[in-house]
Amino acid sequence: MENEKLFVSASPHFRSAKTTRGIMLDVIIALVPALIASGVIFGLRALVITALSVCCCVFFEWSFRKFILKKSNTVGDLSAVITGILLAFNLPSGIPYWMVIIGDLFAIVVVKQLFGGIGQNFVNPAIGGRIFMLLSFSGAMTSWTEPHTGFMNLAGADALTGATPLVSEDILPSVGDMFMGIRGGCLGETCIFALIIGGIYLLVRRVISPAIPLSFICTVAAVMGIYTAVKGEGAEFVIYQLLSGGLFLGAIFMATDYSTSPISTKGKIIFGIGCGLITCVIRLFGSLPEGVSYSIILMNILTPLIERITTPKPFGTPKKEKKAKEAQA
Amino acid sequence: MSKIPAGVLTAVKKVRGGVAVDHRKNTADLEVVRIPTPEKVVIPMQMHIGAPCEPVVKPGDDVSVGQVIGDTDKFVSAPIHATVSGKVKAVGDIKMPNGILAKAVTIESDGEMRLWEGIEPPKVTNRDEFLKAVRASGLVGLGGAGFPTHVKLGFSPDKNIDTLVINAAECEPFITVDYRECIDNSWDILSAVYTIKDLLGFKNVVIAVEDNKPEAFNVLKRIADNEYDVGDKVKLMVLKSRYPQGAEKMMVQSATGRKVPPGKLPADVGCVVMNVASAAFVSRYLKTGKPLVSRSLTVDGSAIAEPKNVRVPIGTNIGEIIDFCGGFKTEPGKIITGGPMMGLAIVNTDLPVLKQNNAILAFDKNDAQFKKQTDCIRCGSCAAACPLSLTPTNIVRATKAKDYETMKRIGVNVCMECGSCAYSCPAGIPLVQYMKLAKAVLREEAAK
Repeated sequence: MENEKLFVSASPHFRSAKTTRGIMLDVIIALVPALIASGVIFGLRALVITALSVCCCVFFEWSFRKFILKKSNTVGDLSAVITGILLAFNLPSGIPYWMVIIGDLFAIVVVKQLFGGIGQNFVNPAIGGRIFMLLSFSGAMTSWTEPHTGFMNLAGADALTGATPLVSEDILPSVGDMFMGIRGGCLGETCIFALIIGGIYLLVRRVISPAIPLSFICTVAAVMGIYTAVKGEGAEFVIYQLLSGGLFLGAIFMATDYSTSPISTKGKIIFGIGCGLITCVIRLFGSLPEGVSYSIILMNILTPLIERITTPKPFGTPKKEKKAKEAQA
Repeated sequence: MSKIPAGVLTAVKKVRGGVAVDHRKNTADLEVVRIPTPEKVVIPMQMHIGAPCEPVVKPGDDVSVGQVIGDTDKFVSAPIHATVSGKVKAVGDIKMPNGILAKAVTIESDGEMRLWEGIEPPKVTNRDEFLKAVRASGLVGLGGAGFPTHVKLGFSPDKNIDTLVINAAECEPFITVDYRECIDNSWDILSAVYTIKDLLGFKNVVIAVEDNKPEAFNVLKRIADNEYDVGDKVKLMVLKSRYPQGAEKMMVQSATGRKVPPGKLPADVGCVVMNVASAAFVSRYLKTGKPLVSRSLTVDGSAIAEPKNVRVPIGTNIGEIIDFCGGFKTEPGKIITGGPMMGLAIVNTDLPVLKQNNAILAFDKNDAQFKKQTDCIRCGSCAAACPLSLTPTNIVRATKAKDYETMKRIGVNVCMECGSCAYSCPAGIPLVQYMKLAKAVLREEAAK
């Protein structure tokens, strides 16, 4: 029997049900608890900024690929939605709307699409966008909104501003408030509880491995512990260091970005430790208010190098040869 | 299987990676049925890895079952036998399932299935006679690879090979013929295990089975615990079912903890891995002298009306076998020989069954569709799934860039094309196709 309609392909003839869109959807679901928390803590404006950021990212990705790059439409993979949410989560809720749009434009067009789109960018788009905004709009980016200034308060810049615990230690919220996110800060980073729920969801769904978040957070804890021991500060200092700033948001959602972190577990641990160390150095000795974004972006740049030294040797490669090859490399 | 009884081995060293594929062993309870003698068989002269055979018959010759119709003096090869009795109709090129032209002998059957008068049980008392007999039987690895068995078993006696692994893992979805072999022909397996062990001087024999086949487990357990087993040298090993557990290198690792280095064979680390159906055939051949003229196949898939396990003469037309299984119940979208993970998609059903084919699977249009291919997101699923510690996405990248040095360094040629990477890729990238391409590119580069 001749059959012209048979489909011929290389093996395997079965594929798993896992898709890029499915993975991205899982990440979005994992971000929902933190989004709800941001609405509760910072009011409607936090949700409006997130929605605006998502819409802009999706629009820029679609229009830039369609009209400038003249390439396929990739909005359906939902990665632009994640960039939109993550960038919004890294902004104070009082930020002017037009700044959000410019940040999104930079993140999607410059950091992501100009380098070839999904999987090709060498730094995390949301972090790239955030750092661009931090350098361009330093004032607005560091005017932290106080929590609970009224749900319907959409005034933005007129809202009360206060210092984050990282900047000023005069008026520290309680550890419980820190954990639940009742403090000033970027709109998505404060509620550690919600971020951990999202992180657990990602681990259960096997979207991320625990290697990067754990090594990142543990390194910060260890270094801050040593610092406390040497300086003689209270153990509380370590806890506040862990719960403040964007550590959990960065460690769980941004350092684990596939395209900008190593593939092997060994590489992931080195990456996480590197992020932790740079974060601590910036927080303890730098003049910047926060080090998580910078640490991740620096380690993003080092990723190809980490990959090169941590890629496992093919099965059964003799030990001796392994060493000889390493010496060569 | 929840509890592993005492005396049964588990993996010495767990295999990394792999994928949990749906077993779909729908035909496990179906006994193997013989199909009616086909009117015509087309027997290719190359159904093994190594040198092709030259036809030794010409059109018009009368042949009977088991008569040699193709042979060569090359060592790495296996003779080909007539699988039906009748008249040779043609000797000429045909297109093989993989698209390559090969010589083939077409025999028109007289329907009698007359055995060749020259068939008699071989006299085997020592190693050399045994290996000669195995070659004469035309046996090649029945698990799918088609490597001539006498070459595999013909290792130099001073090479210090101590372990024989009988592979009944059958980790590919759908296929159940090895399982049926365990259930239906356990005596053959029993006698094969002890014959091969004694003649070739193996110190240990490990019979490996996956834990999703409890009945096969019980049968094989009795073989391993048999009274012939002086000094308890034959052991059963039960493995957690996971693809590609049954691959040779993985088997060696599970059974002995040894790792076969890149470019080497199991024999280089003191092991020989043999498919359970191949072993059973060896003992049948020693008893009857009837060479490899038929084999069992699983016929299954969403487009097959009545899935079956069938015994067919080698060279039977695939379309005829499908017709025997009730034909197609829906329009087929894809037909493959072998399992869904490593099998070969064929362009039409007008092709002969080869010695090493263990299944014919036909899928409907829906199953034939893959998810749309999108860009790599570097999620690392492929690297996590690779049992050989490769990073397929990096190989793809290096291949696209024609970066030969990197390609060699990251081990392109280690890949055994098990398909675990492509199976797990969320972006639907045909990674195995890239691996094949990468190997071809390297070969081309080396030839320059």
